[in-house]
Order: sequence, then C-alpha cells, then structure tokens
Amino acid sequence: MTEAEVDERIRALIEPFNKKGVSIETATTFANDLEFDSLTVMDFVAEIEDEFDIIISMNQQAEIENYGQLVSAVHKLQDS
Amino acid sequence: MTDTATKTAAPKGDLFSKFDGTIQLRETLLATGVEDPYNLVMEKVLSPTRAICNGRDTILLGTYNYMGMTFDPDVLDAGKDALNDYGSGTTGSRVLNGTYQGHKECEDALKEFYAMDHAMVFSTGYQANLGIISTIAGKGDYVILDIDSHASIYDGCAMGKAEIVPFRHNDIEALEKRLRRLPEEAGKLVVLEGVYSMLGDVAPLKEMIAIAKKYGAMVLVDEAHSMGFIGENGRGVCEEQGVIDDVDFIVGTFSKSVGTVGGFCVSNHPKFDIMRLVCRPYVFTASLPPSVVATAATSIRKLIHGANKRAHLWENSKTLHKGLKELGFKLGTEEPESAIIAVIMPDLENGAMMWEALLKEGLYVNLARPPATPAGMTLLRCSLCAEHTAEEVQTILAMFERSGKAIGIIP
Repeated sequence: MTEAEVDERIRALIEPFNKKGVSIETATTFANDLEFDSLTVMDFVAEIEDEFDIIISMNQQAEIENYGQLVSAVHKLQDS
Repeated sequence: MTDTATKTAAPKGDLFSKFDGTIQLRETLLATGVEDPYNLVMEKVLSPTRAICNGRDTILLGTYNYMGMTFDPDVLDAGKDALNDYGSGTTGSRVLNGTYQGHKECEDALKEFYAMDHAMVFSTGYQANLGIISTIAGKGDYVILDIDSHASIYDGCAMGKAEIVPFRHNDIEALEKRLRRLPEEAGKLVVLEGVYSMLGDVAPLKEMIAIAKKYGAMVLVDEAHSMGFIGENGRGVCEEQGVIDDVDFIVGTFSKSVGTVGGFCVSNHPKFDIMRLVCRPYVFTASLPPSVVATAATSIRKLIHGANKRAHLWENSKTLHKGLKELGFKLGTEEPESAIIAVIMPDLENGAMMWEALLKEGLYVNLARPPATPAGMTLLRCSLCAEHTAEEVQTILAMFERSGKAIGIIP
C-alpha cells in the first residue's frame, strides 16, 4: 500500500473522532489540535490497528505527535 | 500522543508549571467550599470499620481492609513480639542484612497460602509489580496489558524496555487480536488483574489465560483486590475461575486483606529465585520491618481458614449493592462481583459534594476521579469489610439515601 493510500484510509477513520471538524494537515497534532484524551487515543489506535492488521505499541505511540507522523509510521508498519 | 499540551503551555524556568492544570482543578473544587477529599486525617482508629475522622465518629467504607485483620489479636501479638525480639527495622536490603527469620516465615506462609513453590516479599505491592514486570519483560519482549491496569503495572512497563501493547478493558477479542499480530518468536507477558479496583469488576481470566497460553505468552495476574476473599481458599479470581495452575506469576499486596503493608509475587517457575538478584526494586531498597512481616505471616495463615468471614463479606457486598441500586444510584457493575462497589457520580463537583455529605453523616468512602478512573468518571468507591455488621450496612444505606437526596443525585 502506498503512503497516499494509507493517508486516505486513516482520513476516513479519523472522521468520527474529529468532533470539532478540525482540518487534518500533516502538522495537525492529536493532543492540541484534535484534543484527543487518552481514551480517544486508545479507541482511535485500535481502529487503525484493526484496519491495517498491525500493532502500534505505546512506545511507538509516544513518538507520534501529529498526523503526518502517524501516516508515515502506519505505512512503515504495514509494509514490514 | 497525549502529553504535549502541558509541555507547550509551560512557561520557562519553573519546573512546577507543568502541574498548573492540577493545581487549578483542585483550587476550583475547594473554592466551592467542600472539605478537601484528599486531606482527611484519621485522628483515632477504633477498629477495622470505625475511626474518628476530622473530629467525627466515622464508619470506614473505603479502606480495602476487606478481611478486617488490622486489629486481629493474634496479628497484633505477633507484631508486638517481633518488635521486641527483632527491633524496629532491618536497615538493609533483602540481599544484604535485611533478611530476618520473619521474612522467610512470611514467604513460607505465602507458599502455603497459594500452594506454590516460590514466594518473594517486596516492601510494597507497588514495588512488586514495578519489579517483576520491569525485570522479566526486557528489550524485544512485549507486555500486553488491559488499558485499565493499575498505575504500578504501567510504571513497571515504563521502567522496563519492552514494547507495551494495551487492549480494551476486559475485551477477550481485543486481547487475541493483539497477540495474533505479534511476532511468534518474541517473548510475551500478558498482565491481568483479578478485580479491577475502580469499578470492582472481575476479569474473564479463564478465557483470557487460555488465549495467552495459545499464543505462547506468560501470564501475570495481580490479585491485590481478591486475595483472602475470592476463591474457595481466598487465592483470588484465578482460583475461583479454576485457572490458577495456568498462571505464571501472581502478584499481591499486604495492604488490603492482609492488613499491613508490603507486596509479593508467587510462582512455580523453576528459576524464580534468580529474581532476588536481578530485580532492582527488590534489591535496592530496605526490607520490611520485622513487626510488619510478622503481622503479615500471622494474618496470611489466619486467612487460609477465613471461609466464614469470606461468606459474610459476600453477604455485605450483595446487600449494599442491591440497596444502592434500589435507591437509584448508578453502580459500576450490574451485579456485585467483588468487595468493591463503585457509585458513579454525575461529575467531580457533585461527587465531591456527595463525598462531603457522607462524611458529615459519618461515612468515609473514596472519592476517585480521573486519571485514576476509567472513561473520565468520578466515583464514590466503597470497599466492604468482613467486620461490617449487617446492621452497619443498613446504616450505610440510610446515609447514602439522605445524602443522595440532599445533593440531588437520587430522586
């Protein structure tokens, strides 16, 4: 799957969690811009894990602050 | 993914500015005029179930003192004797000068209680989780844990070098999906709790442990809130569900049913004893005082024969759960599953008002709020004791009714 395809699928997954309709850019952060709390993060990560059949460990999650980093991490994980 | 807000908001220099949000929350709460729920002083403790709190005679319903062993005469005598015979403290690590006869006897009592080959006593339950998890799950290994796990489990993960994989609370399918996706050859530790302390709900250990074994994972179960009470011999939820032989490590504490302080891990792993040399939270701290291990050992041995108390505690839990439900309170579990009954409050402010109203009635419960609670809930957490009389439980229900109506939480 190309990074663009990963991007497209994550965009669809993020929709129900994006309660305020924030515009999703590469630099959009989960904590500040999207105001995700830890519970939302868990649900959102679980959706992505199921969609791509991957694991994003908490260690990896700690390194991901914005949307672009997430897409790139998922792209790498589903390739490996 | 969640921690950036505090970092960016912090002005330069003062390392304490990262706590501003918490300070603000606390000040807002206290500004409403309620008594500080996190600054209660027990001036006098009368029994496992009663104390003088902030000047009032109070029924204790939030102490985790499930089996009421804190004033057991045999336990107290054992402590006094040890204090006289061995002094007030060991001033040393278990691996140097801190292992006394009492520590060995305490570990023997645990081995007997659980019918297991090895037992290791830590200075607190927190350190037991911290030490075992951080030591056995190393770099390249995976820890798979329930998202609602206790802070000591998370801290054990943070201290170790393993990859941490959380799954949705008590969700058997979510656990299996994650195990299936992990590399087959990697070392895996599944960490579960028998009773989850916030809502008092029990884990489906039978199903979860079967899945963990199917994927070649080792299993650690924290039975802090079930020891002494749940299971025929009080060994916990894994005994109750018939899977204790499939559990690799049971972690527990002395600060609940046992009635003192300390933590432990029991196991049948043939190499378990090496933990005494490699587990840093065991090695680099002073061992428990002789009086503490003496009270613990005596209490554990008495808990083996505590079937009548266990039965009475179940009665108390059922009566309180049913009564609160009938009064119209929203509870953490549909049915009573443990000795913890969590009353769900609409929000922190109402929770604090209700907590204060109960305290003025003469009842102490725990006010629990995020981040300790799941799903951002505010809870009034009640933990019952085998020494609460049936009449006391009725008194407690009447206090809840008056307070709940006064605050407007129930009709």
